[in-house]
Amino acid sequence: MTETLYDRLGGEAAVNAAVDIFYRKVLADERINQFFDGVDMEQQAAKQKAFLTLAFGGPNHYTGKDMREGHKHLVERGLNDSHVDAVLENLKATLEELNVAPELIQQVLGIAESARDDVLNR
Amino acid sequence: MARLILEGRELLLKEEESVLDCLLRHDIEVSYGCQAGVCQSCLLQSEGRVPEEAQTGLKDTLRVQNFFLACQCQPRNDLVIRLPVVENFHSRVVSLEHLTPEVVRLRLSVPEGFEYRPGQFLNLFHEGRSRSYSLASLPCEPFLEFHVRRVPEGRFSRWIFQRLGEGMPVEISSAQGECFYVEGQREQPLLLIATGTGLAPLYGILRDALAQGHEGPIHLYHGSSTAEGLYLQSTLQALARRHEQFHYVPCQSRGPVAAGVAAARANDKALEDLRDLKGWRVFLCGNPEMIKSAQRQCFLAGAKVQEIYSDPFLPSSS
Repeated sequence: MTETLYDRLGGEAAVNAAVDIFYRKVLADERINQFFDGVDMEQQAAKQKAFLTLAFGGPNHYTGKDMREGHKHLVERGLNDSHVDAVLENLKATLEELNVAPELIQQVLGIAESARDDVLNR
Repeated sequence: MARLILEGRELLLKEEESVLDCLLRHDIEVSYGCQAGVCQSCLLQSEGRVPEEAQTGLKDTLRVQNFFLACQCQPRNDLVIRLPVVENFHSRVVSLEHLTPEVVRLRLSVPEGFEYRPGQFLNLFHEGRSRSYSLASLPCEPFLEFHVRRVPEGRFSRWIFQRLGEGMPVEISSAQGECFYVEGQREQPLLLIATGTGLAPLYGILRDALAQGHEGPIHLYHGSSTAEGLYLQSTLQALARRHEQFHYVPCQSRGPVAAGVAAARANDKALEDLRDLKGWRVFLCGNPEMIKSAQRQCFLAGAKVQEIYSDPFLPSSS
């Protein structure tokens, strides 16, 4: 039986291990941290967890429409490709820090990348 | 087959149906979001224990109060859902004394059946309005203690500072809030940061921790923009002398400081002293701006989001 990407990454435990590391990198990144200003930290951490679950190929019920609506106000504030690039960079660094195999990292980045157009409301 | 009991109504749960799905099937309004146990929109409270998986990702203080995620809950036994209780109690003023010209220590009698954990808050009612005040006392004490700051032109400040007297009746709500000490991690280092009367709940929490035999270090940083705002200094210093594990640093953010007081904001001083907060539990109370900064600082210093408890004191608009 083929294990899913999510299983191979370590499932929910892997997401939990990744969230704090990823969120810390994002908050410390001057290119993108302004988009997280004034946002309730706990709520934001929950969203990061949902994003990582999605990127890890895990169970989630977010549609393309949810992603568009969720990021619409940020696009209006100037969210663009460079910011998405920065987020993906932080995601890659997080997975490397967790010693995830390169081929699995590529798969995760691939899934995250596929959300780019929805996030940027294109 | 398990039943859901809600306000006297019994709902039969279908095989492998979650509490959320059951409630929605019966057209009961309940908020929800991701339906995957992550967003916590469907948070509800139960009368008794719930299956472990229904509490994934919830903070300790929510777990011990039997909060759970409806979308993740498939109860094996009957489950009674607790709706937010609006219960009021009658109390009386036991004493009212000034700790400083601007801060009053208000002690109310403990109504029959009133329960709370130090650090929670309740609402005081007066002339059709209410304000929230944090509990600084311990349940073993024969009074409920609050530290009230005089708010210029404040409706409740006027009442408490000028009208209230010993023996007078006061109506209060039941205790609410998730900022309190949870036992189970006796060795865990605790960081407590407060501004102004945000000290009140932390004063309760730290004494609660000590009373419950907490063994790890407890660090309290109290901040104010004035010297007078640093109340209870001698009490806290005495506590620090009595308990080796308790460390107290008064901080003054503006103006010349007395000996023993740090010339800095409480949160900045805390991070400067402690640096690495991995494994710590953090309690933040008082000024919402301080809390926002401190949350971020503490998180970047290694504390987990789950371990940071915040209680912002928001000004009232009524």
